[in-house]
Amino acid sequence: MLGKQAFFRHSVFPQAGGMRSTRQNVVCRKGTGLASLWRYLLAGLGLAALLVGVLAVVYLTTPHSAQTVGPDVSRTKATDNGLFVASFAPERGVVRQGELESWLLTLKTKAGASVEGAAITISGGMPQHNHGLPTSPQATDYLGDGRYRIEGVKFTMSGWWQLHFAISATAGSDTVLFNVVL
Amino acid sequence: MRRLFCFLAMMAVILAGCGKPDFSDAEKKTIASLALNTLPSLKPDTTNRFADVPAAAALGSTLFFDVGMSREGTVSCSTCHKIDRQFQDDLPQAVGVGHTNRRTMPLAGVARDPWFFWDGRRDSLWAQALTPLENPLEQAGNRAAYAHYIKARFGERYERIFGPLPDFSGIPLNASPQGNDAEKAAWNAMSDAQRDAINRVFANIGKAIAAFERSIEPAQTRFDRFALDLVTGAEPKGDAVFSREEILGLKLFLGKANCVTCHNGPRFTDNGFHNTGVPPVPDLPPDRGRVDAVRQVEADPFNCFGAYRDGDAGACGELRFMVKSEPELVRAYKTPSLRGAAGRPPYMHAGQFSSLDEVVAHYAKAAPSVEGTSEIHPLELSDRERAALVAFLKTLSD
Ligand code: HEC
Ligand code: HEC
Ligand SMILES: [Cu+2]
Repeated sequence: MLGKQAFFRHSVFPQAGGMRSTRQNVVCRKGTGLASLWRYLLAGLGLAALLVGVLAVVYLTTPHSAQTVGPDVSRTKATDNGLFVASFAPERGVVRQGELESWLLTLKTKAGASVEGAAITISGGMPQHNHGLPTSPQATDYLGDGRYRIEGVKFTMSGWWQLHFAISATAGSDTVLFNVVL
Repeated sequence: MRRLFCFLAMMAVILAGCGKPDFSDAEKKTIASLALNTLPSLKPDTTNRFADVPAAAALGSTLFFDVGMSREGTVSCSTCHKIDRQFQDDLPQAVGVGHTNRRTMPLAGVARDPWFFWDGRRDSLWAQALTPLENPLEQAGNRAAYAHYIKARFGERYERIFGPLPDFSGIPLNASPQGNDAEKAAWNAMSDAQRDAINRVFANIGKAIAAFERSIEPAQTRFDRFALDLVTGAEPKGDAVFSREEILGLKLFLGKANCVTCHNGPRFTDNGFHNTGVPPVPDLPPDRGRVDAVRQVEADPFNCFGAYRDGDAGACGELRFMVKSEPELVRAYKTPSLRGAAGRPPYMHAGQFSSLDEVVAHYAKAAPSVEGTSEIHPLELSDRERAALVAFLKTLSD
């Protein structure tokens, strides 16, 4: 760092005002005596800086794999014991942070029949922050075709949220977990 | 060849060290979401049909500053919520008729909150305003006395906004279900219709004050000018230029220090409740935060489900879907906005910390909570990083 700055200040930076022409000569044209030691030193530092620069560019442009590998955010999945196929989607299509919103949970049997009269309880939270949901969402309405309105859903932070549904219907009881990443 | 080498070396230096502050796209997105220009316009409050009536706001403003609105004629809302001090009082705990147990909250942007008080024990701005009026440590009055006072002092103004005042014959001078024994007895001796009439005047006082408070909004700061330039790609000018230290502070706020998880959005709050391990003040009564507020807001006759709400119950989602019994409500307090915080120590719900340095030290240490579990995890922060976080917080005040 120090070396780089020294190089930067005493050599070729074009904004260095009056120093510019003479110093440029020192670095790039004079080839004798004491100056040659300087030349090798500065050349070494220049190469190091070049390397740092190239590495920085490479680092900044490659995708960060740790961030792209996230939880499964699919909106349709089989419930944990395979009893139902569940879909979970915001009723208005978009998710807005900090707003109370309604979502729809759609429940079908594996054969594709609508699941009616299900009792649904909801829990969840942010696994990486170790806290639960800021509201207690509830299934408030059955809209037909296996669709249940889940009201009172609110995501107050960006990040990884989990919503866990316990479903109990005449066909039996099952659970399903949806991940929502904001 | 040598010239080429010189040129490359120069480029490398420029690329590697002396460019503009560089933020990742994710950081830029978050910074944009914190800027004041993303604050949506204030939504109507359907539970208060006078919320946007100018005459109601004008009456509310009069009442907010009127010391006549207290038992002894000595305390008004503005005694604690001082207009030239960001509507707070710089004290660790507020002092009205008596010494309270909590710090006065600043009011900028308060109309956007779903819950009011440090523990959220009220669910609307107008229901909140009724609480200090009858709190024996704050304004220490009672609702019958306030109704008489409104009739005597502001009768005409009131009636132009809210319609006719009730018949006051047979209504005691002092009566309230919240008052002392004599006031409670007087309240219980009133008929249901009389009680309802007084409650209605009382609720309207709250609705007028709330209409006024809706005009108290946060102001633009250096951070907002910086953020706007960063996002639009403009060259920051004048005080919109951040120092290296402020940039480091901002990066820590978004990244390693995780502050933005809770202090998010243009008001720097998630409007939620969290246990952050802030220690209790030794001589104050036990304070368990949100967990005790749940029952209070449910029992409040002026809550969204109550008879004094305007509009329909569709506006009551927050109360309807409120979390009631999780262990994480223990010693959870409302995340305060950080706008203007640097200019108004002390900090936290009972003024526990006297400087931002102490606040940052608290977050770094992350001591466990005396009760319940703190959501804060210890941070390795060098002295330079701590100072940078404080420097950044100050950009939300200038
Ligand atoms: C004695 C000082 C005092 C007086 C008088 C007072 N307040 Fe407050 N105010 C406080 C304190 C302290 C709190 C936080 C109390 C708590 O959490 O228990 C507060 C909280 C509030 C809040 C909640 C802010 C938020 O972010 O949740 C509002 C709004 C408010 N006061 C408005 C008023 C109004 C309107 C009046 C007059 C009718 C008033 N206050 C009178 C001290 C006072
Ligand atoms: C888990 C959520 C959470 C996180 C993370 C968090 N805060 Fe807070 N912050 C709060 C809550 C809640 C309070 C109020 C606590 C109380 O009064 O007991 C608060 C209070 C504050 C206050 C005092 C404001 C006032 O008016 O009293 C400051 C300043 C502050 N936080 C800054 C920060 C900084 C800086 C960070 C990152 C190092 C941070 N916060 C991280 C939730 C959080
Ligand atoms: Cu979280």
